[in-house]
Amino acid sequence: MSATPLTSAVRPVPPPAKAPPRKAANDSHVPPRQANSSRFGALADAWLPRLVLSPTIIASLVFVYGFIALTAYLSLTESRMMPNFEFAGLVQYERLFGIERWWTSAANLGIFGGLFILVCLAIGLMMAVLLDQRIRHEGALRAVYLYPMALSFIVTGAAWKWILNPGLGLEKMMHDWGYTSFTFDWLVDSDMAIYTVVIAGVWQSSGFVMALFLAGLRSVDDSIIKAAMVDGASLPTIYRRIVIPSLRPVFFSVLLVLAHIAIKSFDLVMALTAGGPGTSSDVPAIFMYQFSFTRGQLGLGAASAMMMLATVLAVLVPLMYLETKGARHGR
Amino acid sequence: MAADIQSLEGERLTIGRIAIYALLVLVALYYLAPLYVMLTTSVKTLDQIRDGNLLDFPLAPTTAAWSKAWSQACTGVRCEGLAPYFWNSMQMVIPAVLISSLIGSLNGYVLAHWRFTGHNVVFTALMVGCFIPFQVVILPMARLLGMADLANTTSGLVVVHIIYGIAFTTLFFRNYYVTVPEELVNAARIDGAGFFMIYRRIIFPLSLPIFMVCFIWQFTQIWNDFLFGVVFGGADAQPVTVALNNLVNTSTGVTEYNVNMAAAIIAALPTLVIYLVAGKYFVRGLTAGAVKG
Repeated sequence: MSATPLTSAVRPVPPPAKAPPRKAANDSHVPPRQANSSRFGALADAWLPRLVLSPTIIASLVFVYGFIALTAYLSLTESRMMPNFEFAGLVQYERLFGIERWWTSAANLGIFGGLFILVCLAIGLMMAVLLDQRIRHEGALRAVYLYPMALSFIVTGAAWKWILNPGLGLEKMMHDWGYTSFTFDWLVDSDMAIYTVVIAGVWQSSGFVMALFLAGLRSVDDSIIKAAMVDGASLPTIYRRIVIPSLRPVFFSVLLVLAHIAIKSFDLVMALTAGGPGTSSDVPAIFMYQFSFTRGQLGLGAASAMMMLATVLAVLVPLMYLETKGARHGR
Repeated sequence: MAADIQSLEGERLTIGRIAIYALLVLVALYYLAPLYVMLTTSVKTLDQIRDGNLLDFPLAPTTAAWSKAWSQACTGVRCEGLAPYFWNSMQMVIPAVLISSLIGSLNGYVLAHWRFTGHNVVFTALMVGCFIPFQVVILPMARLLGMADLANTTSGLVVVHIIYGIAFTTLFFRNYYVTVPEELVNAARIDGAGFFMIYRRIIFPLSLPIFMVCFIWQFTQIWNDFLFGVVFGGADAQPVTVALNNLVNTSTGVTEYNVNMAAAIIAALPTLVIYLVAGKYFVRGLTAGAVKG
């Protein structure tokens, strides 16, 4: 579903001047320009593109690559309140792996990430398939499924914190309706708090997954489906055997995006549980924030940030490798 | 809904189709429920909140909670409501969106039509910026902003959002501009049009749709950001998301759920309005960013 070019809106190019009708080269070779400024113009065209791009390249080198390197180095020092640039080896990582709270947050990321991705995939795919059945008011329904994606995770967190409030929210509503034995206190239950994050996260992101799958479904070749129908295949079989396998690239993008959201998730947990009760729903992003900025443990914060980067890479690199491999085999 | 189904020509109303519609509507209700709860809670009195339940209709709707959320509610130490932070966010988001989109447009133009040796390497290297968890750059950035006297300022936040937004905007524009026929650009070159002339006369006039996509994407991202805001915003330049979080998670006194919900809606309003007005471009940005990213 990439944007389409509006070729019809192209303005006519100014009438040809007396430039020699040479064939323009594709790459950096620049065709000669007319009039007195031709040498200057050619020179400008050779250097302007690089000049325009160079601030971005420099910014990327400094603020992305350079800063990652700095964080990596910081994680190898004894830094606490103030950065300390004396190399200290893997001390911070040893400390990090000795902290129980780190392992809680890593486990929570596993629970949250795994469930969040699975449920979003399931709901998103199901909704997309249902919406693809020539549904009336599809546009309106789609708009409803997608609007949470426009909200900040803080807003989502605040809303669900109120809905899941054991005293006055969902639980009270069920009691009012006569189901007095109904209890739903996950928000304040240290074993279950992380699952409330899953509920809110799925609410926010599953519509987006639906949109991606729907775009994918719409690009499946109709003739194959018609042929299968002629052969007497039932609709569920067609979906299972033809349509869904052809969504492979969409699965990759969805996994990529969801894994990314899960690993970075910070705001949702902050607003919904703030990592609590206690530290029971901590995730690495919160661990990193608190150790770096409220506890004055820069080295430890840097080490946990590097672990987050490693997790992202561990998920993304195999996924991207698989996807490009799949693409090369022509699908 | 039922009437619509029947009026659909040539459609047989099988049990299966009714089930599909029922399921779709049910799910739609599930997505809408939190918004309904937020809206009704925000106009209820605290008494009704305590006595009634989530889905109750407000008995005596009042905007008291809204005005309190806007101008008096306590976000941490200060009790000025969300208004100052809302304007902080506006002052941050507008320049950041405009500048990052413009830079992205020029970058995309170069990467799509002025290929130089190694342009692919440069593009891939830039795209890494879309994938990193920002936690891995905030410590050095905090120090740099401190040294540049930009810590806890809106300008500092603008700079940070531009720097880490360029990867996305470049991606958007580059993927759009590669669909502009190469012949068009080459013909203009033969006619003697230079780098900026081609951009101004050919590329830029074609760019309205992708600028829309990019503006909306960047606006949503930057308005909704929390991490940069909480780390670099300090007390004075705090964006509205940070203030909302402080308001909701303030543990002193009675929790005023109606004020919390009004505040949440206020913080969500700009992006919601954009979604309602230009949802098409929003969805396009989401899918384009995801599929190509």
